[in-house]
Amino acid sequence: MAEKRITTPLTDETVRSLKAGDRVLITGVIYTGRDAAHKRLVELLKAGKPLPVDLRGQFIYYVGPAPAKPGQAIGSAGPTTSYRMDSYTPALLEYGLKGMIGKGMRAKEVRDAIIKQGAIYLAAVGGAGALIAKSIKKARIVAYEDLGAEAIYEFTVEDFPAIVVDDVYGNDLYEEGLKQYQRA
Amino acid sequence: MREIEARQVAEAVARLCMEANYDLGEDVLKAFRDSLKVEESPAGRDILRQLLDNAKIAADERVPMCQDTGVAVFFVELGQDLHVVGGGLIDAINQGVKKGYGEGYLRKSMVGHPLERKNTGDNTPAVVHVDVVPGDKLKITIAPKGAGSENMSAVKMLTPAAGVEGVKKFVIDRVREAGSNPCPPIVVGVGVGGTMEQAALIAKKALLRPIGQPSKLPDIAALEKELLESINKLGIGPQGLGGRTTALWVNVEIYPCHIASLPVAININCHASRHKEAVL
Repeated sequence: MAEKRITTPLTDETVRSLKAGDRVLITGVIYTGRDAAHKRLVELLKAGKPLPVDLRGQFIYYVGPAPAKPGQAIGSAGPTTSYRMDSYTPALLEYGLKGMIGKGMRAKEVRDAIIKQGAIYLAAVGGAGALIAKSIKKARIVAYEDLGAEAIYEFTVEDFPAIVVDDVYGNDLYEEGLKQYQRA
Repeated sequence: MREIEARQVAEAVARLCMEANYDLGEDVLKAFRDSLKVEESPAGRDILRQLLDNAKIAADERVPMCQDTGVAVFFVELGQDLHVVGGGLIDAINQGVKKGYGEGYLRKSMVGHPLERKNTGDNTPAVVHVDVVPGDKLKITIAPKGAGSENMSAVKMLTPAAGVEGVKKFVIDRVREAGSNPCPPIVVGVGVGGTMEQAALIAKKALLRPIGQPSKLPDIAALEKELLESINKLGIGPQGLGGRTTALWVNVEIYPCHIASLPVAININCHASRHKEAVL
């Protein structure tokens, strides 16, 4: 398992350098978004209107963080299940989003769009919210504050840990893992 | 008739909300450590170690182990010789949830209307199951339930002819389909018998039984063991990235049922298999 440090925004070169199974540590800015925010973003794209945040070249992290305790940048902040965002993701990739971080398998349409648009899908460890929050140094709400835990945050992260699941070459770590460890 | 004040109930509930989200049970921690010894996948071992680190941070810093602090699900045993005064029992539980989720910096995940989807802002209402039992005590168990695992639940009405093979197939197929979504390593609750809703209820209740404690019924204990072995042959592994540790434990509960029915329900818990109880 290779370990790679990457910075955001993502370049095509970075995306091409990542392979399913690589461990990555992300430094820079990442944006959050989940069900309700995705619905709003894709409605804006369909209406031909600008988005409240320029997500081109960026990651969306599927997370609804817990509130920050005094002295914390953010509360626990592990990934939420990604498939709920599947119906919105191809439109966002077409617009220019470069990466997603979540947990769990993606639909074929999403994996096809990842290859076509040159993007990447990473998994963070689901449920390890207290541990992951340690890598989030700053957090501020940048859109949809009314959605509470589902608002879009801008996180400034240092060495945020994730693992590459779907790469631009069509590999999928979940499929490979199953093949390797399945027993009759 | 013994009396307790509703506000005592609310206080206990508030405390349970926080403790359940901050402190993972010793049975789960032991299961992580035991799994580390047998997990073949390097990524799987790395994840198990991260889960142990995560649990320690949560307990030490009094922060939730997972950001999805869940629907506040309660199993309440109300002694029939106990009277809650100064307010209703369910109201008191909801007051406690409001306080616990607020003061504990826990995420508020409830929407008031499932289609309009506006957050209630305080994680109420709770989902409360009350059993009336002999005695004058009030036992409150909280089992906060995140959506990633809850969404993988299912109920199926099998025919009696499907038998134990039908139950096994249903459970294993469902765990396979759930794959990485419910945050493996999982704990699997299975309810067999009763009616549709009773099967679902005992499947969830099954998740309260500690990891490592088999059913008292020898045939059901054997079924649990067989299901666990079959599930761990699926290869899903920690976080679905491949490995031996897909489930930490399988708990099966049964209930009598109609001559023509064989209901079966599965309720999956993520590795944050949370529950805490208090007796008042």
